[in-house]
Amino acid sequence: MTTAEVTRSIDARGMACPGPLMTLIGAIREGQVGDVIEVLSSDEGSKSDIPAWVQKAQHEMVEVLDEDGFARFVIRKAR
Amino acid sequence: MSDDTVSLVLFSGTDDKLQAASVLAVGAAAMGRKVNIFLQYWALDAFRVDRVLKDHGVSAEAGEAGLRAMQAQGKTHWSELFAQAKDLGEVQIQACADSMEMFEITKDDLDPMVDGIWGVASFFMEAEGPVTFI
Repeated sequence: MTTAEVTRSIDARGMACPGPLMTLIGAIREGQVGDVIEVLSSDEGSKSDIPAWVQKAQHEMVEVLDEDGFARFVIRKAR
Repeated sequence: MSDDTVSLVLFSGTDDKLQAASVLAVGAAAMGRKVNIFLQYWALDAFRVDRVLKDHGVSAEAGEAGLRAMQAQGKTHWSELFAQAKDLGEVQIQACADSMEMFEITKDDLDPMVDGIWGVASFFMEAEGPVTFI
């Protein structure tokens, strides 16, 4: 279960690298500080890339969940 | 974590190599790196405004199976990824003056995402650290 309330959910399953990350970056830019964005991605690269970018861009990784055939990332826009 | 400049020289004009280069550029820009891209020879030709979206083929090693695998993946076109890289961070794309002369073209013949024309010395003025040649 996700503890944070999701502001926006993005289904990026089926997108090739770096599509899911780029979509997340776009959503973060459009959002407000405190927004919680959920990204679903089946791209293997996302598993390392999304946490790496979130750390570098100084947002907060709320959780990463392995689902059946994809991963669910929940990110809070921190700045 | 390093914030060094990423310097890419694009020489090959086939879609697979441009695709790979565009992924590197957008990834570097996303991670806060400054990116300098220098277009030479066939890569420069692919950035001509009337040719960007044309089929540029793939490298010889791709073969038929490789080409099909690449097409099946359905990636965002390399020109769009370079545009996204420029939108995300400090990314400049410069055309090699010597290659411009070889093709007898001017800045107007190039896609607007190309920022300008540089001699090779200008490229190395900006290139801090290693240069990746693709």
